[in-house]
Amino acid sequence: MSLDKATVARIAKLARIAVPESELESLAGELSGILTWIEQLNEVNTSGVEPMTSAVAMTLRMREDRVTDGGDPEKVLANAPERTDTFFVVPKVVE
Amino acid sequence: MAALNELTLAEARDGLRRGDFTSVELTQACLAAVEAARGLNAFTTVTSGRALTMARESDARRRAGTIGKIEGLPIAVKDLFAVQGVPTTACSHILDGFKPTYESTVTANLWREGGVMIGKTNMDEFAMGSSNETSHYGPVVNPWRRPGDNRPLVPGGSSGGSASAVAARLVPGATGTDTGGSIRQPAAFTGIVGLKPTYGRCSRWGIVAFASSLDQAGPMARTVRDAAILLGAMAGFDGKDSTSVEAPVPDYEQALTGDVRGLTIGIPAEYRVEGMPAEIAALWEQGIAWLEQHGAQVTEIRLPHTKYALPAYYIVAPAEASSNLARYDGVRFGLRVAGENLDQLYENTRAQGFGREVRRRILIGTYVLSAGYYDAYYLKAQQVRTLIAEDFRKAFATVDAILTPTTPTAAFAQQERLSDPIAMYLNDVLTVPANMAGIPGLSVPAGVSKEGLPLGLQVLGKPFDEATVLRVGHTIEQAARASLAPTPWWRS
Repeated sequence: MSLDKATVARIAKLARIAVPESELESLAGELSGILTWIEQLNEVNTSGVEPMTSAVAMTLRMREDRVTDGGDPEKVLANAPERTDTFFVVPKVVE
Repeated sequence: MAALNELTLAEARDGLRRGDFTSVELTQACLAAVEAARGLNAFTTVTSGRALTMARESDARRRAGTIGKIEGLPIAVKDLFAVQGVPTTACSHILDGFKPTYESTVTANLWREGGVMIGKTNMDEFAMGSSNETSHYGPVVNPWRRPGDNRPLVPGGSSGGSASAVAARLVPGATGTDTGGSIRQPAAFTGIVGLKPTYGRCSRWGIVAFASSLDQAGPMARTVRDAAILLGAMAGFDGKDSTSVEAPVPDYEQALTGDVRGLTIGIPAEYRVEGMPAEIAALWEQGIAWLEQHGAQVTEIRLPHTKYALPAYYIVAPAEASSNLARYDGVRFGLRVAGENLDQLYENTRAQGFGREVRRRILIGTYVLSAGYYDAYYLKAQQVRTLIAEDFRKAFATVDAILTPTTPTAAFAQQERLSDPIAMYLNDVLTVPANMAGIPGLSVPAGVSKEGLPLGLQVLGKPFDEATVLRVGHTIEQAARASLAPTPWWRS
């Protein structure tokens, strides 16, 4: 699989990582190299094979649906880069 | 007697029991050794004050007669485990200034059992790397050097700081995490013991997530006995991790009987990877001979999908990482780089906060999960994963454990492999299958390369049968008598 600059720009946008135009070309080369190497998986016949959903055989536990933690905004906000009262502050999102 | 910092966990535990020295004295010796080894760059934070307080409290508990499994023993913590009030960086710029307001379950278990925290160890950024060169805080140096050659060697990765600290006798034990080989490969490169337990054996709660279906915490120490002791203190059920397994933690030290008679050990032909150096193949043959001499049956097995584990891993791990690392957005914690609007704030923060390898993996992961590609990549990789797990399941119907080399080479020099991501990824070709299948794997030092660098053998076992893995590893350790200590050139 060979990725072009436009595809890399689109992925970077999806991943919310700013990539300068000047780096798109070399990044496309690197990512294409990795994807081409990964494509050896196409040699494996996987028809009818269930995809793995759990690394070890286990049934996920159920628990009672009740609040077990929380109610401590100071702890939640302790590492905030910017805050007001008990809110995180971000640039204006609604005009 | 050896300097206190050079004692193994078992020796230190027994010395403390006999009253030969106190935890404060032991802790002071480790802190002094850490201070004298700044050049290894093994630590990101040294918590001297906290360590001495914890040691004093431990000595008081001992006088009062309440003793935990690792009472008074100094432990270093990979900087991927949240420790309350101590910077937790994952060695990424994006976690600048982050101090958790909570404690990871594994470290909480260690402190409950009497462990003394020495500090946080350096690692590859977000545990993505096999040489410790992707850390925002600079590369870790391997305490080993090639004879007559002063060029710094990598300690492996991602748990390279923990590996270096233990190998250089700065601490007797450390925690690591292993997503594709990040405990076992650095253990092999530095001549120590590293164990990746079964997925679910140790809680992942409070560990910075990389690839959630593969990540597992485990012990790094200088002997198999020490790894058994440390695992016993780390492991256990945790209701806060939905994949934590509700099963009792056995006394792993009791498994070290020295007796492997009656065990059947499988040798997978597929691990003889192309271009494997003769000395690695010879070490493997030696390991087989040792186990046979001790009465184990050795038999050839087939794991036909082995070669597809690494490419499948490079779909699953980046996919899960791209999802896990979406939380680093510059809003709630860590680095924030301003932007004109919220999207730009995200994009600028993530562009400056993540290093090159992390960005590369997030982009790969985003691509393979993007609309139209999910089935071709992620689904395919998870199907291949089923086949890999099935290979192991069939093999374990006839064998009790599997023996392989841990790495295809000994430690290499810094910068040697940074320019070629795939060459770097190939470091993990022998360790990744265990993560893909969720099974336990141990690396044990078994000899040295012709350049005099440590080499490891890997023992793989059935799910939750760490006891047999440790027993087999212990027999190899005793046969190899590879009491490997680097010359302490770094002491200042």
